[in-house]
Amino acid sequence: MKKKKINSNNLLLLITIVLFFVMYAAGCAVYADKGFTRLQTFLNILINNAGLICVTAGMTCVMLTGGIDISVGSLIAMDCMILAVGIEQWGWSSPVLMFLILAIGIVFGIMQGFCIAYLDIQPFIVTMAGMFFARGMTAVICKEQVSIVSDKIFTMLSSFKISLPFGGYINKKGIMQYPYLRVTVVVALIVVLAIYLMLKYTRFGRSLYAVGGNQQSATLMGLDVKKTKMKAYILSSFLTSIGGICYCLNTMAGTTTQATGLEMDAISSAVIGGTLLTGGVGNVIGSLFGVLINGTISTLVKTNGKLISSWSNIVTAVLLCFFIVLQSVFALVKERKK
Amino acid sequence: MMSSIKKLTQKRLFLPIFSMILVMLINVVYDIAMGGAPLGFFMISIKNGVLYGRLIDILNRGSEIAILAIGMTLVVSASGGTDISVGSVMSLYAGVCCLILAGYGNVNVQQYAHPLLAGIGVGLLVTLICGIFNGFLVAYMNIQPMVATLILWSAGRAIGLLLCNSQIVYVRVPSFQKLGGYCSIIPTPIIVAAVCVAIAAVILHFTALGTYIQSVGINKRASRIAGFNSAKIILMCYAICGLCAGLAGMVATSRIYSADTNNIGLNMELDAILSVALGGNSLGGGKFSLAGSIIGAYTIQAITTTLYALGVSSAQAPVFKAIVVIIIVVIQAEPAKAFFKKLTKKSGKEAARA
Repeated sequence: MKKKKINSNNLLLLITIVLFFVMYAAGCAVYADKGFTRLQTFLNILINNAGLICVTAGMTCVMLTGGIDISVGSLIAMDCMILAVGIEQWGWSSPVLMFLILAIGIVFGIMQGFCIAYLDIQPFIVTMAGMFFARGMTAVICKEQVSIVSDKIFTMLSSFKISLPFGGYINKKGIMQYPYLRVTVVVALIVVLAIYLMLKYTRFGRSLYAVGGNQQSATLMGLDVKKTKMKAYILSSFLTSIGGICYCLNTMAGTTTQATGLEMDAISSAVIGGTLLTGGVGNVIGSLFGVLINGTISTLVKTNGKLISSWSNIVTAVLLCFFIVLQSVFALVKERKK
Repeated sequence: MMSSIKKLTQKRLFLPIFSMILVMLINVVYDIAMGGAPLGFFMISIKNGVLYGRLIDILNRGSEIAILAIGMTLVVSASGGTDISVGSVMSLYAGVCCLILAGYGNVNVQQYAHPLLAGIGVGLLVTLICGIFNGFLVAYMNIQPMVATLILWSAGRAIGLLLCNSQIVYVRVPSFQKLGGYCSIIPTPIIVAAVCVAIAAVILHFTALGTYIQSVGINKRASRIAGFNSAKIILMCYAICGLCAGLAGMVATSRIYSADTNNIGLNMELDAILSVALGGNSLGGGKFSLAGSIIGAYTIQAITTTLYALGVSSAQAPVFKAIVVIIIVVIQAEPAKAFFKKLTKKSGKEAARA
C-alpha cells in the first residue's frame, strides 16, 4: 500500500472534522441534562439542514471552478413558492411539480452558466441578477404565505419517519422512543455520496479540479473550459432545486422571505469545509462537515435558550474568519517553500 | 452620422446617462398615458414649507446608495472585488449609535443618554474599524474580497442586533431626526450626500490618490515595483468604504429615528455594486469614474421609484432590477461586443454591396 502524505489541503479537512467532533463533544458535556447526548439531536441537525446539504454540494462544485453562485437562496424560495402555489391554487399533483422544479433548475443553470462561461461575465454579478430575479418571481407568483396542506403524497413524504432500530431511550411516559430520519436526509446523503464519487472518479469531476486549479493549463490539456464551467452552474442550480424540494418538505410553506441568506450559509459551510474560493481545492465531504458545524452552532445556541439567535451568526463568522485566515496562511507557506 | 453616434456610445458616461434619460422618458410616457401633466416628473413645488416633487424624492431616497457608491467605486477599482459587507455595516452603525444615544436596554427614549456627537462619532469610528478589518484581510492576507467581506456581512448585522437586544430602539429627539429630515426647505440627506460626493471629488481631483488607486487596480504587482505601497492603498480604499457605509447608515438611521437593525441597509450592498456597474465601471478593477457611479446610484433609485409609481410592489421590483442588470452586463461583456461588431460589419458590407 502507498502511504498517503498529509498535505495542507487534507490538513484543513482534518481540522474541520476534528473541530466538529470537539464542538459536539463540548455540547454533550455542557448540555447533557438537556438531551444533547441523544442520537436524535444529531439526527435533527441533519433533518433541519437536509436542503442546505444539497445546496452546499452544488456550491462546492461551482467553487471548485473558482466561481460562486449566490442565487441559491432565492431559487429555493422560488421552488417552495411554486410547489405551494402549484399544489394549493393550481391543483397540480406534487410529482409533476417536482419534475417542473427540477426542469426550472436546469434552465436557470443553463442561463447563468451561459452568461458566465460564454459571455465571460463575473459569476458574482450574473448570479446576483439571478438572485434578484428568483426573489422577485417568488413575489410575482404569490405575495402571501401559502401553506401546503392538501397534497397527500407531499404531506406523506414530509411526515414519513424512517426509524432506526437502535439508540432509543425511554421517555417520561415509559414508551421506548427510537431515533428517526426523514426522507430528505436520505436524499441529501445520496446527493453527497453521488457528488463525492463524481468528483473523484468521473472525467467531469476531475476536469472541475483542473479548470479551477489553472485555467490556462486546463485549456492546454485540451479540456473544454467553458463547457465545464457551464456544467458546474447547471449542476449547482439542479442540486439547489433538489435542495429546494427538501427545504419545502421541512417548512411545508412558500413565502417571499424564505431562505434569505441561505447562499451565505452554503458558502461559509463550503469554506469551513476546506474548499478554496480561488478554486481547484475542495471536497464535498468537508462541505458536509461544514454544514454540520453550522448546524451544531445554532443547535447549541438554541439549547442554551438564553442567548439571542444572532450569536450563532457571530460564532459562524468568527469560525469563517479563522478558516479563511488559516487557508491564506497555508497558501503563503506553500509559496515560501517554492 | 454613424461615426458621431459611435463616438457618443464610446464615451465613459454614455451608459449611465443614457439609462437615466430612458427612465425619465418612461416616466413622461406614463404620465401622459395616465392623463397627467407631461412633465409632472420634473415638477418641483414647495408644500408645507419643504421642497416636494418626484425628482426631489429620488434625490432624497437615493442619498444612501450614492454615499455607498463612492466607497464601492474605490474598492472595486483598487482590488477588482466588491465589498458585500456595507449593508451589514450600516446596520451595525445603527446599533452602535442608538445604543450610545439611548443607553443599553432602553427601547424608546425622549432624550439622549450621551451627546449626539458622541453617538455619531463612535458609530463612524466602529464602521471605519470594520473597513480597516476588511482591508487588512484583502490587502495583507491576500484573501478574495468577496470572501473577506463575507465575514462582516454575517457578523455586522448580528452584532448590531446583539447591541439592541434584538429590538428596535427608537430615539425620539428632534435633533437626531434632523439628519434624515429637512434642513430649512431641502431634505438633509441630499446635502449630506452632496457634501460626501464633493469631498471625494475634490480629493480625487486635486491629489494623485485617484491615479494611485487606478494603477493598483490595473496591476498590483507592477505598481508595487513602480514604488507604490499597493497593500496600503487597498487598505485605505476599504477603510473609506467602511466610513461611507457608516455615513449611509447615519442617514438611514436618522430617517426613521430608530435602529431597526434587521432592515437597515438590507440588500443595500447589491444596489451599491449595481450602481458601480451601471456607471460604466469595470468590476474587474482599474479605471473608474466617480461621476458615473453617482449617476448610476440615482438611476437605480429612479428605477425603483418609477416601478413603485407603476404599481409594482416592493417585493416584485427585483425582477425588473435583475433584467436591467443582465442587459447592462451583457452589453459590456467582451464576447458580446465582438459579436455585435461582427454583426454591424456584416450589415455594413451588405449595404456596400447593395
